[in-house]
Amino acid sequence: MATIETAGIKRANGGRPLIKPALWTIGFAALLIMPFFVYPAFLVKMLCFCLFACAYNLLASTTGLLSFGHAAFFGSAAFTAGYAVKAWGVPFEVAVLVGTATGFFLGLVLGFIAVRRQGLYFAMITLALAQLVYFLAFQLPFTHADDGLSGISRGYLLGMVDLNNNYAMYYTTLVICVIGFAITFRIIHSPFGSILRAIRDNQPRAISLGYSVDKYKIMVFALSAAMSGTAGALKAIALRLATVYDLHWATSGDVLVMTLLGGSQTLLGPVVGAVIVTSLHDYLAESGLPISVVIGTTFVLCILLFRNGIVGELKQRLKL
Amino acid sequence: MTEPLIKIVDLHARYGSSHVLHGVHLDVGKGEIATIVGRNGAGKSTTLRAIMGILRSRTGSIRIAGQETIAAPSEHIAWLGVGYVPEERGIFASLSVADNLLLPPIVAAGGMSIEEIHALFPNLRERGRSPGTKLSGGEQQMLAIARVLRTGASLLLLDEPTEGLAPAIVQRIRLAIDAMKARGQTVLLVEQNLRFAVKVADRHYVMENGRIVDVMDRAEAATKMERLQRHLGV
Amino acid sequence: MSPDQLFGQLLVGLINGSFYALLALGLSIIFGLLGIVNIAQGAFYMAGAYFSWLMLQTLGVNYWAALVLSPLMVALLGVVLEKFIVFRVYGPDHMPGLLLTLGLLLIIQGVFVYIFGAVARPYPTPDALRGGWDLSFVFLPKYRVWTVAVSILVCFATWFFIEKTSLGRTLRAANENPVLTRAFGVNVPALMTFGFGFGVALAGFAGVLAAPLYTVSPLMGVDLIITVFAVVVVGGLGSILGAVVTSLSLGVVEGFTKVFYPQASHMVIFVIMILVLLVRPAGLFGTEK
Repeated sequence: MATIETAGIKRANGGRPLIKPALWTIGFAALLIMPFFVYPAFLVKMLCFCLFACAYNLLASTTGLLSFGHAAFFGSAAFTAGYAVKAWGVPFEVAVLVGTATGFFLGLVLGFIAVRRQGLYFAMITLALAQLVYFLAFQLPFTHADDGLSGISRGYLLGMVDLNNNYAMYYTTLVICVIGFAITFRIIHSPFGSILRAIRDNQPRAISLGYSVDKYKIMVFALSAAMSGTAGALKAIALRLATVYDLHWATSGDVLVMTLLGGSQTLLGPVVGAVIVTSLHDYLAESGLPISVVIGTTFVLCILLFRNGIVGELKQRLKL
Repeated sequence: MTEPLIKIVDLHARYGSSHVLHGVHLDVGKGEIATIVGRNGAGKSTTLRAIMGILRSRTGSIRIAGQETIAAPSEHIAWLGVGYVPEERGIFASLSVADNLLLPPIVAAGGMSIEEIHALFPNLRERGRSPGTKLSGGEQQMLAIARVLRTGASLLLLDEPTEGLAPAIVQRIRLAIDAMKARGQTVLLVEQNLRFAVKVADRHYVMENGRIVDVMDRAEAATKMERLQRHLGV
Repeated sequence: MSPDQLFGQLLVGLINGSFYALLALGLSIIFGLLGIVNIAQGAFYMAGAYFSWLMLQTLGVNYWAALVLSPLMVALLGVVLEKFIVFRVYGPDHMPGLLLTLGLLLIIQGVFVYIFGAVARPYPTPDALRGGWDLSFVFLPKYRVWTVAVSILVCFATWFFIEKTSLGRTLRAANENPVLTRAFGVNVPALMTFGFGFGVALAGFAGVLAAPLYTVSPLMGVDLIITVFAVVVVGGLGSILGAVVTSLSLGVVEGFTKVFYPQASHMVIFVIMILVLLVRPAGLFGTEK
């Protein structure tokens, strides 16, 4: 039975009530000063994937459905947001909204098809649907196929803050991510979230109680897709580039690995997983070691040893 | 006194965290037919599963043909000459009747030939090509018994073979058990049908709450039917 | 559009369908016996192609020997992986198996990229199969006809093995009720290892066939396996015959689409998958496991 841990609300063990708020405060502080220690552009990319993984886990933790095709939303939004900026010159906020909306509507369509099955077949279907989107993208002229959409300008936040400043870009992204994280938290702890978990734990019973389970699943699928879209739009704008790689199965695999590596039963798990995987990508790219071997091995070890993911295991061991 | 073909000492078994067998003591001599009788839930089927190694969580001692098998995997136990007919019969739906019959490997010499089996169970000859589950309950039971008769197993574990069957089929099964006795096979039979049990068996073990609470031989059982029935709450 | 184009594409469609069939067959066997959806099937296909290329380069082993040796090497790789890693995820839940094999796919692919680089290597068509037959309405390349013929032969042989032999019978029984099958004295764990080896060997065999057609590269398996997944969703994972029929049919449909509407050819199988899902979620031959 999943329990989503939250700071301070869950009773901590052994009379250490201040541990959690303390950890969260330290974490926040670290996030605020981080760009002065680590290259901000890399941090922005990492934050986008943190949001992406968080969005992915919204679906995974509430329904138990593991999508193998979330890159479809991430990548499509990257392109629509990028195109909106390049071709129509929309401001930053509008572009992010365009990306989110793209994710949402694509999520409705793909969700409608995919939620008919569960488990294995759901995974295979989402994989195939994302592949379809990938191939479609090659057909559309504005993606420029292999070259991708480049030279996307960051513009100004609310017409005032110049996002070409990497620090500004970082803090803006951070705020959006925190909002996304908070929304996820809210959804998971809402009645909607409880119903989803009830469906996950005992679908026949939920049906007999009168819930249209498909509608609930499609809705959370679309919400997850929408936030993935937000992440994709942010990534395209921050890195000034959208490519078909954003739609590739490897990207779907990445976000899946991030989520499970960190732990699907926790809110923080996917974030930690995203940090690890993006850092690994970055570090290994320079050293020449095979990325997929390292990530694959870590993932295999995770499946065999830490079924709860790193954060999940830590929580158990440290009894937080 | 020769060692019994199967000797169980202080057998404890668990399903997960639930302790179901509490120190079972049981033995069956070569060529003997013994039954385990008792109420539903007494642990009779569990005992057979423990002997067969299907129930893995067991402690104590189970010696079969002189070998300790308490830690052995099922396939090893089968090759010691043990044939198992489960309560649910276990007929494979994805195999034809003929394939079901031929599936279990021959573990020792002296098993029945196909002709002998067809003589004992004529229905099975006609139904050779049908899928396993298209048979009636009685035919499935006959098939389940027939296939272990083919393997040459010397110790046969039968779990409620007459359950839910018409008298004519029960009679067929009685004949099958007589044939086993005639061939010198050893049978450990779980039965709720007391009348059937007292007709075929040399000895009766009465089981209650995972323990053997009474033992009666053939002569005693005939006269102490009342006592037996009380144990079963009939 | 000429008959030449049409039949040419039909042949290509049959070839693709053959590869789908060999991979889907392996997937079906492994899933039936072990309850694992082996997404790494694409990696074993790639390994089969590489082993044959490697044997040619270093030992001068020719194509014909490679057809036998390469699948055996792939089977060996599969057996080792099963005995040390894969068996740990057996159980009622199918997802850990899929996730584990995803990890294995990443590792195997990464290792091959690291060792051989991402460059595609050509593999020469064997002399006996060069050229083709010039029928008046179409030119039939010998190698392509050979590929389709031998694939169908292997599929048929697999079907025969599983349905008509005693080992196949034992495999089917272990598939349905492994506990009882063990109680009859069958070494089911060994059978499962064998099943895994056999399933991936089929993929490796397809890889050898593919080598002269598509060139050998570490990424050659992945796009294929995703399409095979779509094929398997359409056909269902239950029946062997269903897997083969669906694969060949969808390959042909893909081929025809390429003639009439080329840009859609990559996508048509996925579109069909969507339609089948909306109408008949269990798949055309589906037997839910």
